[in-house]
Amino acid sequence: MEATQNDTPGQADTVIEFTIASHYRFVEMVGSVADQLTQLAGFEAENIDWVGLAVRESVVNAIKHGNQLDASKPVEVRFHLTDEKLLVVVRDRGNGFDASHVADPRAPENLLNPNGRGIFYMRTFMDDVEFLSHRQGGLEVRMTKRRPPRNGGC
Amino acid sequence: MSLTISHRTVGDVTVLDLSGKITIGEGSVQLRESVKSLLENGSKNILLNLGDVSYVDSSGIGELVHSYTTVKNQQGQLKLLNLTKKIQDLLMITKLLTVFDTFDNEADAVASFT
Repeated sequence: MEATQNDTPGQADTVIEFTIASHYRFVEMVGSVADQLTQLAGFEAENIDWVGLAVRESVVNAIKHGNQLDASKPVEVRFHLTDEKLLVVVRDRGNGFDASHVADPRAPENLLNPNGRGIFYMRTFMDDVEFLSHRQGGLEVRMTKRRPPRNGGC
Repeated sequence: MSLTISHRTVGDVTVLDLSGKITIGEGSVQLRESVKSLLENGSKNILLNLGDVSYVDSSGIGELVHSYTTVKNQQGQLKLLNLTKKIQDLLMITKLLTVFDTFDNEADAVASFT
């Protein structure tokens, strides 16, 4: 699938975007942004943790599997907070992969596999996760979490 | 340092008290090296105390699984103590609570080793 969505922000939206080099030391920085944004957006404490975990997993995947730990390749991250939802987009410069072929880590034959749980956690903790081929190359992961009913916040 | 690990012995059991984060890179590597070192020194009854572990990612969960299978393959036992709610949730949704023996009381955990 190719990335075609229109992410044009509305006037009241909050958009945070930045680019990191492919090194694990930047994962926590991205995760901290997710933590603070979900906190400001009024997410429940448990969902703040889980969204943060999904974002960190996505960035790790981009660094490790997408960019193959090549520090010269960037990972682009974009947080887009609207009245209704938080959209997180993470793009690497890798060759992409077929997300439909990701094995279920809960299957008996996979239970003792030390790998293969990151995408499962992302899909579990976010409302929607898409894996798209970016038209300029690389894989784009788009994760959405609906906001709780608003009573303040940003 | 993202993870600190201290060792103590209770009877025939080596307890590893973990504090910090078990994540891709340093934390997971430290846990792997600690378990490997214990096995090399003949300690095969290992209890991981996770009570002070603030964060675990999928790599950290994978390292717990790797440690479990490594110890088991050497006829040892590796069990978990004091799971935080978050770790328990991460293990539960991936059905790993069916794999690990878990305890919230150290004396009970130590007594369970055969």
